[in-house]
Amino acid sequence: MASSTEPAPVTRPAPVMTPDTVFFWEGAARGELLAQKCGGCGALHHPPRPMCPHCQSTERSAVKLSGHGVVYSWVVPRHPVLPIFAPDTVVALIELDEGIRIVSNVTGVPVDSMRNGLAVEVYFAPTVKGGAVPVFRPRSA
Amino acid sequence: MAHKHSGAAIAGIGQTEFSKESGRSELQLACEAIKSALDDCGLKPADVDGLVTFTLDTSDDVDVIRSTGMKEVHFSSRTPHGGGGACATIFQAMAAVDAGIADVVVAYRAFNERSGRRFGQPHLVDSQNAGGGTSFAQWCMPFGAMTPASWAALMAQRYMETHGVTNEDLGRVSVLQRKHAATNPAAWFYGKPITLADHQASRWIIEPVLRLLDCCQESDGGVAIVITSAERARDLKQKPVRILGAAQAIPYGVEIVTGFYELDLTHAAHPEMFATARRLYERTGLKPADFQLAMLYDAFTPQILTQLEAYQFCAIGEAKDFIKAGNIEIGGKIPINTNGGLIGEAYIHGMNNISEAVRQLRGQAANQVSNVERVLVSSGICATALGID
Repeated sequence: MASSTEPAPVTRPAPVMTPDTVFFWEGAARGELLAQKCGGCGALHHPPRPMCPHCQSTERSAVKLSGHGVVYSWVVPRHPVLPIFAPDTVVALIELDEGIRIVSNVTGVPVDSMRNGLAVEVYFAPTVKGGAVPVFRPRSA
Repeated sequence: MAHKHSGAAIAGIGQTEFSKESGRSELQLACEAIKSALDDCGLKPADVDGLVTFTLDTSDDVDVIRSTGMKEVHFSSRTPHGGGGACATIFQAMAAVDAGIADVVVAYRAFNERSGRRFGQPHLVDSQNAGGGTSFAQWCMPFGAMTPASWAALMAQRYMETHGVTNEDLGRVSVLQRKHAATNPAAWFYGKPITLADHQASRWIIEPVLRLLDCCQESDGGVAIVITSAERARDLKQKPVRILGAAQAIPYGVEIVTGFYELDLTHAAHPEMFATARRLYERTGLKPADFQLAMLYDAFTPQILTQLEAYQFCAIGEAKDFIKAGNIEIGGKIPINTNGGLIGEAYIHGMNNISEAVRQLRGQAANQVSNVERVLVSSGICATALGID
């Protein structure tokens, strides 16, 4: 986690949970990055869904991911200003080593230095209502 | 290959004024637009027996029926994907007329999108909301991607990097559309052209993709379009505009502006546009060179580049140079968005771009293109080819 002696108040909105997605957010709240794994063919899927699009199985489990990936695309929302997010918040599409993509944030990189292909690793940022979501920072060597 | 053309036609078009504060209800705007479209072709509300609008529209069929005095409606449907489904109104109306389910269908869209709920403001949803276009938001919202501009920019950034497209390249689209709006009295930006320097000086909305002048307007207003058989349309007031064909394509992995997860966005942002183009050309037997004008959904400027490539007016990666060479200007190879589009005229969720296609084919447009016989109209997951006999 980012170290700070005086932590800012938590303002990041809590995710919306549905019966099909709750495992992902509960995992994140525990500090685990999870993906849905099909019980029929073993494929990983994100976002989660109730049926496997490859084999139509409804059997599924949650598997823990490495948390490593690279930036696939990125932007910095400037307007309207969102007071609940830090200035210069980078929104990025992360391609994980396991081959699935997730929308998240990249922190610890100045906007001028953001680039696609940047190697990143997961950590978890708190949300209101006591949850957490997976976010990314440059991978430590 | 034999192609089955539709027997349906657009007989009438109507609209309210386009503003930033209409001062009246969305239902009233819908009714006024519908009345105006019926007057345009000489039909009465009692003649209408079909209604199509967007899932997002707040005016229900029953309220439209009791306000306008329609007698009995035999078909009512709603189109998905927000503005990406704008052309699906024509598609569904055409299908209803061709199937003999309804004789006269009115497609309408009316809203106070500037003075009421602004699409450009942050979407903070607290439930999954299918049909409202927000089922995907749970995966974006907790990270500060809370507006359509942020989703569209995240789709476009990788494409732009791959093909060396700069924000200035996008600006040329905006400058052209504002040029068209400047000479269209119905446009909000009538008399207000911009330069590329104005575009480059406008503030970032989503860095490094979209500046203010890359984004469509937020508008209040309504548009309605009357669809009936070509045979019946011939007896009405206006020259009929034939619906040569229409198609929908929602490929696997596509979401509403947020198809981030499983598709190759390196070369082609918005794969649904490529699938829709393929389907429309297959269904109609038409090809890019058959069109003299294209009305392309322009919520954000990068989508114009994508559609020029998807509909094969130029090759993938070549849109920026195609635009720079003047090919999309009036007099160029394929003029686009001659009303100013959603950027220059108004954001009536894509419906005003369909009306412009009709005006051009009738020869009634403010910025008339000469010898227009066929117009392509596209929006996300749907497209239609319109023409005159």
